[in-house]
Amino acid sequence: MNLSIGLIVTTLLFVALCATVPGKLKGYVALLAVLINAGISSVVAIAVLQGEVVEKLYYGGRVFGEIPIRMDALSAWFILLMNFTMITGILYGIRYMKAYQEQKANLSLHFSSFIVIHVAMLGIYVVQNGLAFLCVWELMAIASFLLIIFEHRNIEIVKAGINYLIQSHIGIVFLMLGFIIVYSHTGSFDFNAIGSYSKSASAPAALLLFACFFITFAIKAGFVPFHTWLPYAHPASPSHVSGIMSGVIIKLGIFGILRMLILIDGNYLVLGYLILILSAVTGVYGVMLAIIQHNVKKLLAYHSIENIGIIGMGIGLGCIGKATDNSYLALAGFAGALLHTLNHSLFKSLLFYCAGTVYQATHTMEIERLGGLIKKMPQTAILFLIAALAICGLPPFNGFISEFLLYSGLFSGIQSGQLSSAIIFILSIFGLVLIGGLAMLCFTKAFGIIFLGSERHPYEHPIKEAELSKLFPKYMVVLVILLIGLVPQLFMRLLTRPLQLFVNTADPFSGLDDFTGVMQQVSFAAWALVALVLLVLGIRKLITRKSIKDFGPTWGCGYIAPTPKLQYTANSFVRSYRKLVHPMLIMNKKENELKGVFPNAVHSHTHPYDKVEALFIDLPLKLLKGFMSKFRFLQNGNMQLYILYGVVFIFIAIMIPLTMDLVHYMVKLFQHI
Amino acid sequence: MQGISIILIIFTSLFFTGILIRTKSFFSGRKGPGVFQPLKDIWRLLKKGAVTSETTSFIFQIAPSIYFATVFLSALLVPFGDQPGLISFSGDFVFFAYLLALGKFFTIISALDTGSSFEGMGASREGLFSMLAEPAFFILIGSLSLLTGHTSFHQIFSTLYMGMGSHVEQAVVALAALVLVAIAMIENSRMPIDDPKTHLELTMMHEVIILDNSGFDLGMILYTTNLKFAMYGALIADLFLSPSIPIYLAIPFMLFIQVVFAISAGTIESFMARFRMSHNPQFIFVLTSISLLIFLGALLLLGKIT
Repeated sequence: MNLSIGLIVTTLLFVALCATVPGKLKGYVALLAVLINAGISSVVAIAVLQGEVVEKLYYGGRVFGEIPIRMDALSAWFILLMNFTMITGILYGIRYMKAYQEQKANLSLHFSSFIVIHVAMLGIYVVQNGLAFLCVWELMAIASFLLIIFEHRNIEIVKAGINYLIQSHIGIVFLMLGFIIVYSHTGSFDFNAIGSYSKSASAPAALLLFACFFITFAIKAGFVPFHTWLPYAHPASPSHVSGIMSGVIIKLGIFGILRMLILIDGNYLVLGYLILILSAVTGVYGVMLAIIQHNVKKLLAYHSIENIGIIGMGIGLGCIGKATDNSYLALAGFAGALLHTLNHSLFKSLLFYCAGTVYQATHTMEIERLGGLIKKMPQTAILFLIAALAICGLPPFNGFISEFLLYSGLFSGIQSGQLSSAIIFILSIFGLVLIGGLAMLCFTKAFGIIFLGSERHPYEHPIKEAELSKLFPKYMVVLVILLIGLVPQLFMRLLTRPLQLFVNTADPFSGLDDFTGVMQQVSFAAWALVALVLLVLGIRKLITRKSIKDFGPTWGCGYIAPTPKLQYTANSFVRSYRKLVHPMLIMNKKENELKGVFPNAVHSHTHPYDKVEALFIDLPLKLLKGFMSKFRFLQNGNMQLYILYGVVFIFIAIMIPLTMDLVHYMVKLFQHI
Repeated sequence: MQGISIILIIFTSLFFTGILIRTKSFFSGRKGPGVFQPLKDIWRLLKKGAVTSETTSFIFQIAPSIYFATVFLSALLVPFGDQPGLISFSGDFVFFAYLLALGKFFTIISALDTGSSFEGMGASREGLFSMLAEPAFFILIGSLSLLTGHTSFHQIFSTLYMGMGSHVEQAVVALAALVLVAIAMIENSRMPIDDPKTHLELTMMHEVIILDNSGFDLGMILYTTNLKFAMYGALIADLFLSPSIPIYLAIPFMLFIQVVFAISAGTIESFMARFRMSHNPQFIFVLTSISLLIFLGALLLLGKIT
């Protein structure tokens, strides 16, 4: 039985089914489709991770030529992590979409897009023909656009969606350019042709080719300065879509970069340094902006940029290690990058699901309006806390494992390299530490202000914990987060084959054994931490069992009538940080001053804005608009003039060939003379 | 023999703050409490009941225990001379730093849990300053790891000690000791970053975070501070301990250095005023620069800069 055709047929069937069944069942149809597709692809992917080779050729007509479907260990790794997040996403999405049950047509479109995007992404991972790849890539872009604009009655959301659509199509232009370059030299759209072309081409040409692909994938992944669509698209989409977008869709960019690194045989040293520096900048810049955001989802979106930076640092390190034949560095880098891709897809989707639950309970995403939710929604609070600890890279959770791998790589890289590399590595360590510290500041703020303290504003209606079916997918994610954090050596073993693709030294496994050994120790230390915490809590319980416990108001330095308004706000929590990094940010502030003996109400609003966006998007657009406005006199609404334009155009169109003939005739005439 | 390090750290933690306070009282011309007075206070607190704020949740209840557990576990990683700590592996200092960060995360959110504006203020400062101090620690350890060619606490400190090699090497070790002392002062919220004896909530950092803690939890937090001090003292002592010293000499030597560290911390507190809050980041940036200097020194020693 042919699996690929099977997948396509099921998809079409379920999309048709999704449109016909009543509103309540649409979600379940999508769930069934995702489960079937995920099941089939996972079985193949697991076999590939165990060493099987999957390669099939389809004849795609005269235009496409042969379409190879290849699944190597890299595709398999990404397919597995995608399937997991897609399943938790649709499980959560069904419950999340209950609130919109009356919009039947809209729901059909939404859930069909969900099925389609899953298959499109499977296609992106396995299709290795340039033209066919463009098709699945486009399919993915359009399906994700449809997913984003679910609430299309809100103009802001449509704007964010169109922003995303335009930017991803700018990416597609570069992708096309890359495939055209290869096709013009080799006459083949097969991905293997990219490899053979880059081997024969000169170094600058190979670099140019890589740059074409890199820009496309960097836009998708959200590397600075290509990230500007991300902070708009994430808050606009429904929460389960934000979850899969941040967890899976932007990882397509990472996959693309890794794929091209395997194919294009470039100068890995230069590429490595470029990627490392760009990623460190991306990471630090992403988290710097995340801290000052007041919208939960926007904050999380900027954190995705930061995490892409961390993954990119791993890729950069791996390339440098590969170029300098330092297999330890290469392994640490690529293993860190691949593992962090998985980790980020877990904790970031969990954070978005939690944010969605908070949104549906309180109807706001403004951090300043929330507070004290931990008493109303204890389970959501614990889930958010676990994800926050994991994203900060704290043990014993999964984020620590991948960051630990990157640190091991960086510290070993320092010792082996030359002066210049040592300096770049120490600066990267500086960057990575800074990212960790800033992430901690950001998530103590997010968790502390949203869930702790008391309510900052009265909620319009009573707040309840989400029902179990809404919490279940989140617990699934937490389980994997803990599994990676506590027994990382298992996952290191899964990474063996994907890593082999990158590190082709004589014996990649000996290096990997070192890692597994260290991971064993890290796992032991993580268990020790858990045991110690439980032990201390137990002793505390035992000793304080008999002592007197009393309750009172929070100490207010003698003031006995505090109101919730007196609490620290998110803005004041990060104020000293904001003052410190002031020159690097744009902070639009609106404040009216206190006047008179009995002052009126005072308001202070702050609106953070992205300096890179102002520089790379807004400024060129403004210049372009300024230039175009010079021609505005042409479009003056006068029908007679428009007809005149047409006549002039036709006249010119006829005149050009005539003039050319005339010139030729005259030239010949003069030659005769 | 691996456990000797943690035993010594716990032993030192019993009298460390006592010596510090005694030094301060000496310089201010007071008689001062006994060396074990802080410990007696903690013991009394541990037995007391507690008043908890109604605003708080379970975070407030578990945070002090997690704080203690993280510091205790990171103390297990600290080696003693050429004896490794109970837990030791390649890259353990990353684990060390992230463990301390985990403890700090919980201290900060437990302060936010009370919903008090003062504690929020303290939490904000603690988060920012410890975030700024972290790069200095990592660059320091990175330089030492570059210098020695190893990537674990135990290997680094058993190769590196004061009195080895050239003058440049000694200067590097002395600077490293200086940075470690400064980091210890920041991490323990002492002068010149924070004044533990201030009586105004607005000028506090660490003290204000634990305003609402009482009874067993407060006692545990106070003891953790002592433990943290002793742990950094042990790290500093390791810089000076040569692996060739036999263990019966190394133990008194280590205790001696811890006492010197406590006295110097007390002396700093007696003669310095706390920085203005806005100047703290500058001070911490200076630390990062000094660690970069150590990095350059390490490069110089290895002949990578000529």
